[in-house]
Amino acid sequence: MNLHVTINNDPKDFPCQPTDTLLDILRREGYSGVKVGCSNGDCGICAVLLNGRTVNSCVVLAAHCQNKTIETIEGLSAKDGTLHPLQKAFLDEGGAQCGFCTPGLILSAKELLDANPTPTDADVREALSGVICRCTGYVKPIAAVLTAASEMRNAAGAKS
Amino acid sequence: MKEASVLPFEKKSVGTSPWRVDGIGLVTGSAKFTDDIFLKNMLHAKILGSPHAHARILDIDTAEAEKLPGVSIVLTYKNVPRVPHTTAGQGYPEPSPYDAFMFDTKVRFVGDRVACVAADTAEIAEQALKLINVKYEVLPAVFDVREAVKEGAPVIHDEPDADGIHDRKHNIAAHYDVEIGKVDQGLKEADFIVEEEFETQYAQHCPLEPHVCIGYLDENHRIVLRTATQVPWHCRRIVAQCLQIPVNQIRVIKPRIGGGFGAKQEIILEDLCALITVRTRRPVKIEMTRREEFIASRTRDPSIVKMTIGVKKDGTFTAMDQRVTSWTGGYGTHSLTLLTNVGSKTLPFYRCKNVRFWGDSVYTNTPITGAYRGYGATQGAFAIEQMMDIIAEKLNIDPIELRKKNHIQKGETNPVFSALGEGKEGHENPIESCGLDECIDRAAAAIGWSKKHRLYAKRDPNTRIKRGIGMACLMQGSGIAGIDMASARIKMNEDGSFNLLMGATDLGTGSDTVLAQIAGQVLGVTVDKIQTYSSDTDMTPFDKGAYASSTTYVSGGAVKKAAEACRDKILKVAAEMLKEDVANLHCEKAKVISKSGKEVPYTNIINRSLYGQNQFQIEGEASHISYVSPPPFAAHFAEVEVDMETGKVRVLDYVCAVDCGVAINPKLAEGQMEGAAMNGLSYALCEEMMFDERGRMLNPSFFDYRLFTTVDAPKIRTILVETYEPTGPFGAKSIAEIGINGPLPALANAIYDACGVRMMKAPFTPERVLNAIHAKK
Repeated sequence: MNLHVTINNDPKDFPCQPTDTLLDILRREGYSGVKVGCSNGDCGICAVLLNGRTVNSCVVLAAHCQNKTIETIEGLSAKDGTLHPLQKAFLDEGGAQCGFCTPGLILSAKELLDANPTPTDADVREALSGVICRCTGYVKPIAAVLTAASEMRNAAGAKS
Repeated sequence: MKEASVLPFEKKSVGTSPWRVDGIGLVTGSAKFTDDIFLKNMLHAKILGSPHAHARILDIDTAEAEKLPGVSIVLTYKNVPRVPHTTAGQGYPEPSPYDAFMFDTKVRFVGDRVACVAADTAEIAEQALKLINVKYEVLPAVFDVREAVKEGAPVIHDEPDADGIHDRKHNIAAHYDVEIGKVDQGLKEADFIVEEEFETQYAQHCPLEPHVCIGYLDENHRIVLRTATQVPWHCRRIVAQCLQIPVNQIRVIKPRIGGGFGAKQEIILEDLCALITVRTRRPVKIEMTRREEFIASRTRDPSIVKMTIGVKKDGTFTAMDQRVTSWTGGYGTHSLTLLTNVGSKTLPFYRCKNVRFWGDSVYTNTPITGAYRGYGATQGAFAIEQMMDIIAEKLNIDPIELRKKNHIQKGETNPVFSALGEGKEGHENPIESCGLDECIDRAAAAIGWSKKHRLYAKRDPNTRIKRGIGMACLMQGSGIAGIDMASARIKMNEDGSFNLLMGATDLGTGSDTVLAQIAGQVLGVTVDKIQTYSSDTDMTPFDKGAYASSTTYVSGGAVKKAAEACRDKILKVAAEMLKEDVANLHCEKAKVISKSGKEVPYTNIINRSLYGQNQFQIEGEASHISYVSPPPFAAHFAEVEVDMETGKVRVLDYVCAVDCGVAINPKLAEGQMEGAAMNGLSYALCEEMMFDERGRMLNPSFFDYRLFTTVDAPKIRTILVETYEPTGPFGAKSIAEIGINGPLPALANAIYDACGVRMMKAPFTPERVLNAIHAKK
């Protein structure tokens, strides 16, 4: 079958087998920022945004994504390379160590901040709870999300 | 920062927390991990694991599998070289027994290698595995070290060509014992003796990136292994050994790595990748599934640690006796050194004239254990740090006071360092920096120790939720003294930037950044002027690899020396240009500045050197080895709640203070502590590999083997206590491992403080805590 999706604002058409997962398709088509951690829906390493909601792409059938919108980590920064505030905050706060779970954490955080610009520590923990990180102990990723939220509020305030 | 208040240098690049040099790639998804290249015509290989814990392979029929369209090759014991070796990525000659073969006619745990199929797709390879017909003779299996050493237990390694096994008839892979002074006499001199036995569990590292390797032939038909490894050079050497080919036929490239924690200090897939690519002339990838990662990669060795300590009424120790029995699983990788590290990182910590260590590492038909952050010290700390609390209670003194009275101090050493090293005698190791008392004081103040400790007795005995507080002190090392060497090379470019080529292996810790900062401090530039390239056996000089908390200290030493050699050449050219004496010059902000006020920018210096006069490449290269392993020290404090009806333990607050020497990059140093402590907390409270009566793991997934997530994770506060370690690069010590050793004893002591129950066995699951509460009643 042909799969039509919009990935990071670009319309795309891919050949797709009925058994292909979204993860299979994304990595095959070069979105290698999407990582493979368990292939079982348990670790959140392969999280992407599907119509704005985080999903574990290893347990979503590609066919299920027909005509839907997908965001991966590759789409987060601006075309000119300007980092998203979350990406910048992860660098400022030391939120990425090995970086393997970082895409999953950042995209989970983006879903949160898109809906809730003033999250509490508990909100952030809830939003990131689907992603396992073994390196950071979560301390600096959580700090990074709170920092990004604050910077995004400041930027929004400055504009208005 | 008491000790380090007067540093012999001014912090510039050192002591800052710039963006990681690989950071942009990590946050934008452009970083290339092992599996992030896509080669044409690549084979996918899968490994057939044993269904039996212990069996002899009578025959393997691969004909049906080989006939399956798309299958390229099937490897078994019948068609590979039989070379005894160890999979342990350690310095050569490795202190581990040579008891492993690429494939053997015997399997020794569920999941042990039986065959490997490479095919056009992973699906075809999987399908082919099912077509392999293996005739097994199932043998009696043994799962517990206490049974395995008994007369008449099944002998796990009966193959005659294995080498270096201590006592194969009793399944003892490795043994070590040593006595300093007279322990029996010391015990007689004690006012009282405390004797307890502690036991830890099977656990897995769970790097989020599983083991993965891609092999291919380069244009000259040499083997290239792009692999998730902590030990590129040991990998190259061991693969050459297995395939019986020269080292120069292999290039190992370490790309970005998704965590290792010791699991990747092993050669698990690379030998197969190399052989398949040689035989098929095609690229091949092998990637472990999460299930394979649990059962067939490496794990933390469960250990039984029996401690006997003789104590005087004044709180001095007259004798310490430590007896360790640990599981090495089906193979003896790291068996000896894991064992000795239990003692070598805990026994020298407290002053005592009479000390004895005795240990056996024992084969069992269970998953292979190996290096895991902490490396035996974790199990040792669980024992000795609970002993300290037990003793302090008997003496009716604060456990902090007992530790402060007895712990090793700056200016001291301990005979255990010389007697008990890396599986053999060690080095003297005089302590030249120790900020432990400051660690204890600051962490105690942060958590409110004096107001909270030993309050349980005053509370209503009938309350359901009981609160308690506990602490533990820790020491580790910085590299392996006298054994492990690192080297680095720095060359200058015409824009005044530098290439830092180093063997050091960044497995996600940020060591590329830390080492660039060390180079930057010497060369007077910021890290954005230093392009790092690390861990490529063709392109960078040697490094031991990333293990034993060695990168900042040992590799950092090499980078500092290489940078100094490079700087000396810069100064020499500048002296010619400025017509000044070298002694009057120094490097700062990408310029050479003289005392007389004259200066010349790096760009002028290097352009003269490359294109102008007396041309040569300005560069520096150096190697570094240390004959001491300065310990980082730490104090961990935990406050917990115990639910007396369910046994559930909740961590309310966790504070860790660490003496890291000078923190080259404070954010990354904190990150090491936080990550290690959280891994330790998760290990202490919920992580345990469980097995059925036939040795099959019951919970080989993240669904059933639970790791802490953000909603389980307690708040952790980290305090960096800076000292100046004179043997370290800019005063630094290494702190990669130490943080994982604290949670087991600190939580156990806190649980005791809360409800009077001593946890002798980990992890502290609700079931185990509840049983302990009931047993006490």
